[in-house]
Amino acid sequence: MTVLYVLVPLALILAASAVAAFLWATKTGQLDDLETPAMRMLHDDDAVTAPKDGKTRVRK
Amino acid sequence: MTAEGLTAAPSVARAATPAALCAHCGQIVLSVEPGAPQQFCCSGCASVFEILRAGGLQDFYRHRADAGESGTVANISRGSYDEFDAPEFAALYCKALPGGLLGTELFLENVHCAACVWLVEKVVTALPGISEARLDLSRSTLAVAWDPTQVRAARVAEWLDSVGYPCHPLHGLDRDAVRRREDRALLMRLGVAGAAAGNAMLLAIATYCGAFSGIEPSYLSFFRMGSALVALPSVLWSAQVFYRGAIAAIRTRTPHMDLPISIGIVVGTVSGLVNAFGSSGEVFFDTITMLVFLLLVGRWLQLRTQRRADSAADHLRALAPATARLVEDGATREVPVEAVPKGATVEIRAGEHVPVDGTVLLGTSTIDASLLTGESLPETVRVSDNVHAGTVNLSARLLVRAEKTGQETRLARIVASVAEASERRAPMVILANRLSAYFVAIILVIAAVTVIATWHLGPSLAIERAVALLVVTCPCALGLATPLAVTAALGRAAERGLMVKGGQFLEALAKPGLIVFDKTGTLTEGHLSVVEFEGDPSVRPFVRAAEASSAHPIARALCADLTKEPSLAVESMHETLGGGIEAVVGGKRLVIGSPRFVEAHAETVPAWVTERVLAFGERALSPVLVAVDGDVRAVFGIGDPVRAEASECLAALRAMGHRVAVLSGDQPAVVNAVVKRIGVPFEIVVGGASPEAKLAFIETNVARGPVYMVGDGVNDAAALSRATVGIAVHGGAEASLAAADVFATASGLRPIVELCEGARRTLRVIRGNLARSLVYNLTVGVLAATGHVGPLLAAVLMPVSSIAVVTSSFRARTFEKKR
Repeated sequence: MTVLYVLVPLALILAASAVAAFLWATKTGQLDDLETPAMRMLHDDDAVTAPKDGKTRVRK
Repeated sequence: MTAEGLTAAPSVARAATPAALCAHCGQIVLSVEPGAPQQFCCSGCASVFEILRAGGLQDFYRHRADAGESGTVANISRGSYDEFDAPEFAALYCKALPGGLLGTELFLENVHCAACVWLVEKVVTALPGISEARLDLSRSTLAVAWDPTQVRAARVAEWLDSVGYPCHPLHGLDRDAVRRREDRALLMRLGVAGAAAGNAMLLAIATYCGAFSGIEPSYLSFFRMGSALVALPSVLWSAQVFYRGAIAAIRTRTPHMDLPISIGIVVGTVSGLVNAFGSSGEVFFDTITMLVFLLLVGRWLQLRTQRRADSAADHLRALAPATARLVEDGATREVPVEAVPKGATVEIRAGEHVPVDGTVLLGTSTIDASLLTGESLPETVRVSDNVHAGTVNLSARLLVRAEKTGQETRLARIVASVAEASERRAPMVILANRLSAYFVAIILVIAAVTVIATWHLGPSLAIERAVALLVVTCPCALGLATPLAVTAALGRAAERGLMVKGGQFLEALAKPGLIVFDKTGTLTEGHLSVVEFEGDPSVRPFVRAAEASSAHPIARALCADLTKEPSLAVESMHETLGGGIEAVVGGKRLVIGSPRFVEAHAETVPAWVTERVLAFGERALSPVLVAVDGDVRAVFGIGDPVRAEASECLAALRAMGHRVAVLSGDQPAVVNAVVKRIGVPFEIVVGGASPEAKLAFIETNVARGPVYMVGDGVNDAAALSRATVGIAVHGGAEASLAAADVFATASGLRPIVELCEGARRTLRVIRGNLARSLVYNLTVGVLAATGHVGPLLAAVLMPVSSIAVVTSSFRARTFEKKR
């Protein structure tokens, strides 16, 4: 069972990296709004350029 | 948009053209254009459709259908956004971003679904010069960044408006940023505490299994040291929230729940570290980290629901117009109110708010000062009269020279006194915190008794039991009792249109106290209308015709009452300001106006009319006489009508044990007439009170007991912030929204009754929670003192008590569910 001396620290390191990812996400504001991004990801349309002189171009 | 007017008669339209629906809003089209590919109900919808088509954004209609959103009329204000281009706007509301960009946050109206997210972001980024647009659906705010050399700010705003999202700059972005930092900090602490709790529990389970089936001492001490290591971030960093509260509680000598919590955490951690590295005795790291995590969850939930009320208040304030129209060299331009220089000439059109304190240079109009002074009747202003910021220009265009602007206006001085008044308010100590003082004392005494009583069994065993006692009685359920009950209640209250800015106010409102009502807009409707009519009904259509074109508030009140009368053609009409109207309608000569004005023009005034005028005077109604061809034929009584539900609601509040009072800035005669009309006994009735007098009144009464102030005006703001709980009602001034602790988005007095009832039920839930957790603490305390509680039992008992509190909080019926 001496493998525990390796596996437990390994598990803790994994947990620590998950916590680090969470802290980074929070700090950069990714968790400020939990509602809108869920809807935004459904809008996978082409980018639209402005109606300059009434003409419209769609970037593919 | 004009569509509202057209939708008034859908049945007529359906009969004429059965199939034509507007391609944009889905409403029935009245005038069908033959052969056109799409039909539109109005030019507004047609132009929105055209904008979307030209931008390649027809998918809007698909997204809208996906979201299950039936077409609604796009609410286009077609307002002017010129003030967005004023240099002062950038200084006040925008921040410079890297790359020469400008960024700001706007509050958008009418944002509610996935299609809105798509439309707003696509439409905005389609403009050249916009680098980023991010909509926050839950807050209805759009963060936008643009290149000022390529696009004007006003263009962005107009563009948003043209697709149906009128936008407003948000005040207090700095404060928003501070709040956001606080929210993120708490969330980070919560995340670390959660990870620590989970991992500590995992490692602890190994030792619990070992306790039953045997474990080698080297592994046991490895697991114990591991759990100590895992617990450290939670105890040293996440739990700082509680240590800070505990230190503040000791320093200010106010009892606080954080103190017993901190004692439990610190004692448990120190003894746990000693035992983990000394390899004897018990460690409680799993219980301690779980405790920190659960308590932080409670705090975080409560913070989130309170933020909801705060941002709702901010949004209502953003809707209030904050622009002024400057007149420079004959041309006008719109600037933010804060940027009007002294001595400048400002144009105020009918229906607009007066932005500055100043003197009238040109024009005659009537001014509604009810929000500033509480006076219900509008006053007439002429050239060289003074007008004040915060009042509303009702009838005609005025040019005003700004004499006091920004922070010097009477309005700003009153708003400033709000901050001062709220500082003088004694901090509220909630029930749980009051209990915690006794709790700490009792637990420490029992711990000391345990040590002394078990000393003969050996010092290490005695200390062991005392530590177990302190850890297991660490009041998790007690600490959660209030936040959870309050979170559940605040969420339900918000659904009912009651925004409460903090749980302590709900607790306070449960106690019977003195409820002080401002009169105008709370007990009364807050606007003029016809309360009485006496005389010959055949004159009514003539009155309607004669008054139709006047912008005077009394004329508007008359017309609102006479909309059902047939319309007649007016042959001539002349208005005398401060007097009345002379008109010829259908061949009859009409004189309508104040008694003095009409008597001067009429040949006979019957005795019953004079009698009615006197009677109206006693009831504080303004009499309006109608003379036809020289005969006085009818009298209207005009005033601010008492709300229909006032008597019933006040009686309900009295039945709950509250006392009621009226504190109004209006004339004492008017106030007394309203009180008489309501028919419910009031403890105190005060009329003619200035904002300062209102504040003084609240101050003297707060010293005697809880005072709940209900108001809507700027003149109430300081009093609202000084009262035990300040409640702003629907449609009030923005200053009162900022000052109030609770505000209702539904109008009338019913929300107030609902608030008081809900507060009572919430306190009952809190009391139940506290009782449950005290019973738990007492039981496990006794068990721990007699040496029956080990780490495993503690780890099981603590969450069980917390779950009991969670269930009772969220199952309780505090506020009625949304119907």
